[in-house]
Amino acid sequence: RPQVHSLQELRRSASLATKVFVQRDYSDGTTCQFQTKFPPELESRIERQLFEETVKTLNSFYAEAEKIGGSSYLEGCLACATAYFIFLCMETHYEKVLKKISKYIQEQNEKIYAPRGLLLTDPLERGMRVIEISIYEDRCSSGSSSSGSSSSSSGGGGGGAGGR
Amino acid sequence: MTPGGGSGPMKDCEYSQISTHSSSSPMESPHKKKKTAPKRKWEVFPGRNKFFCNGRIMMARQTGVFYLTLVLILVTSGLFFAFDCPYLSEKITPAIPAIGGILFFFVMGTLLRTSFSDPGVLPRATPDEAADLERQIDIANGSSSGGYRPPPRTKEVIINGQTVKLKYCFTCKIFRPPRASHCSLCDNCVERFDHHCPWVGNCVGKRNYRFFYMFILSLSFLTVFIFAFVITHVILRSQQTGFLNALKDSPASVLEAVVCFFSVWSIVGLSGFHTYLISSNQTTNEDIKGSWSNKRGKENYNPYSYGNIFTNCCAALCGPLSPSLIDRRGFIQPDTPQLAGPSNGITMYGATQSQSNMAAATPLLQSEPSITSEELPLPGKTSLSGPCATLTLGQPTPPSSMPNLTSDTGLTDMIPLKEEHEGHQFLTPEEAPSPPGMLPSGSPITHSHTMHVLSLASQDSLHEDSVRGLVKLSSV
Repeated sequence: RPQVHSLQELRRSASLATKVFVQRDYSDGTTCQFQTKFPPELESRIERQLFEETVKTLNSFYAEAEKIGGSSYLEGCLACATAYFIFLCMETHYEKVLKKISKYIQEQNEKIYAPRGLLLTDPLERGMRVIEISIYEDRCSSGSSSSGSSSSSSGGGGGGAGGR
Repeated sequence: MTPGGGSGPMKDCEYSQISTHSSSSPMESPHKKKKTAPKRKWEVFPGRNKFFCNGRIMMARQTGVFYLTLVLILVTSGLFFAFDCPYLSEKITPAIPAIGGILFFFVMGTLLRTSFSDPGVLPRATPDEAADLERQIDIANGSSSGGYRPPPRTKEVIINGQTVKLKYCFTCKIFRPPRASHCSLCDNCVERFDHHCPWVGNCVGKRNYRFFYMFILSLSFLTVFIFAFVITHVILRSQQTGFLNALKDSPASVLEAVVCFFSVWSIVGLSGFHTYLISSNQTTNEDIKGSWSNKRGKENYNPYSYGNIFTNCCAALCGPLSPSLIDRRGFIQPDTPQLAGPSNGITMYGATQSQSNMAAATPLLQSEPSITSEELPLPGKTSLSGPCATLTLGQPTPPSSMPNLTSDTGLTDMIPLKEEHEGHQFLTPEEAPSPPGMLPSGSPITHSHTMHVLSLASQDSLHEDSVRGLVKLSSV
């Protein structure tokens, strides 16, 4: 698939400059929410609004996963009634939402972040503590190898070394 | 190496053939080894845990008391079903063994779930994350930090109107989320840490609290059930044959009655205590410290409570179950820089040695000042035969009646309190390299390999801190 290919190409052709960590926002308790504060390192790389939208969508996914309500109670009671043996064969609601989140992150990476030389890491891989955003410096010379699909077409990715 | 041609004599030919094989295989085998036998994450897990069934089962290091629990439950229930149930099902109703069976099944299911699952361990910070945090702390405290006073590592958050202090964990290199705590026995930060229970051989935290509660609740019912029906059995028999004869006919009942009698007080008491905790949405940890009690101040209240008992109970028992964050059965990604090639490991060896000592020394000092004379606690999964780190704190000899459980957690919890009160005096030794004579024995390369994962990028900042710490120590 060309889009995944370009992500891997990005990893190989660009060099990692730095990583930004978006921390958790605990003001609402222990529920999983991330701070929507725009990191200054991304100032020149991506529009503030796009970033905020990503984080807000992720926050809403996590809120959905951790929601306490009718269906979660049903799942909990059913699990309890079977002495939790049902977890051996059933996927929990949380796990289902996590799959959605991972798809969303991949999609965001392909469409928005990779073309700008950025890469989002799923918070699940970082213990749900941070959203790690890797910032890549584009090596202009190897631009030819990466397929023209995303990195060369949008001006943002290619302009990494020049003018920014 | 060129493949051996037929040019030399037979001997040479063979030699060159052999050498071709051996020359190509060192090139291939590390590569092959990485591809054919990739390691799962549990094999390099830095905490003090034991893993079974290829990472599916996770327990604390000390499991002796867990086996005792299993034996007690199995033997008592077994005797009940074998000796008392036939009589009772005949005389009264076969529903008795049926209900007993269901209770037993429930008890075993919840016990195994509690003991074998991940309590909510927080994975340690990746080197990049740790370095980033260090940088932020330095910025926040002013990088000059005059007088070599290490910065107090706390962050304050306002949750539902209450100010909560988030503490920095030196072992895991993270700011602990609210309600998380570091278990000194397992050397892990655990989310919503309740306590470390030696009877189930695991920590009790966010992910297995409901299993634990259902376990003690169902065990209370089972104990009372068995006790009641054993008594009934003996009474019914003695109506026929006299008391002493009844006891002689069914000696197992005596044993069961004794076990049940002594267990019932502690288990039912514990169930009651945890019911109270659940309904007020507190952890054992918080209750002992009195974090949310009114005695601390009129304005003190529990910010996590939902306000009413019903919602609190539902949230704790039927809320969503979060996934395990440590991904113990996942494979270690080959493209992460930490595990790339042996050269990295060797060049870092000198540096990581000191960091490994540092990092390993911190849990020691964190756990209890009185046990600093103990041996160095080493990472769980590396098969080092050296010091086996049996901390006296971890010895589960006291019975699990509430005071003792609380004393365990009390001690575990003294740590953050001490960090606060003794301030820099306590923090400095943690940042210094380990005291002399505590170098780990056993394979240093595996050791550094493990520690390598933790301390790659933060090497510089740790070095700085260690230098600062050394100077401080020498001045003291």
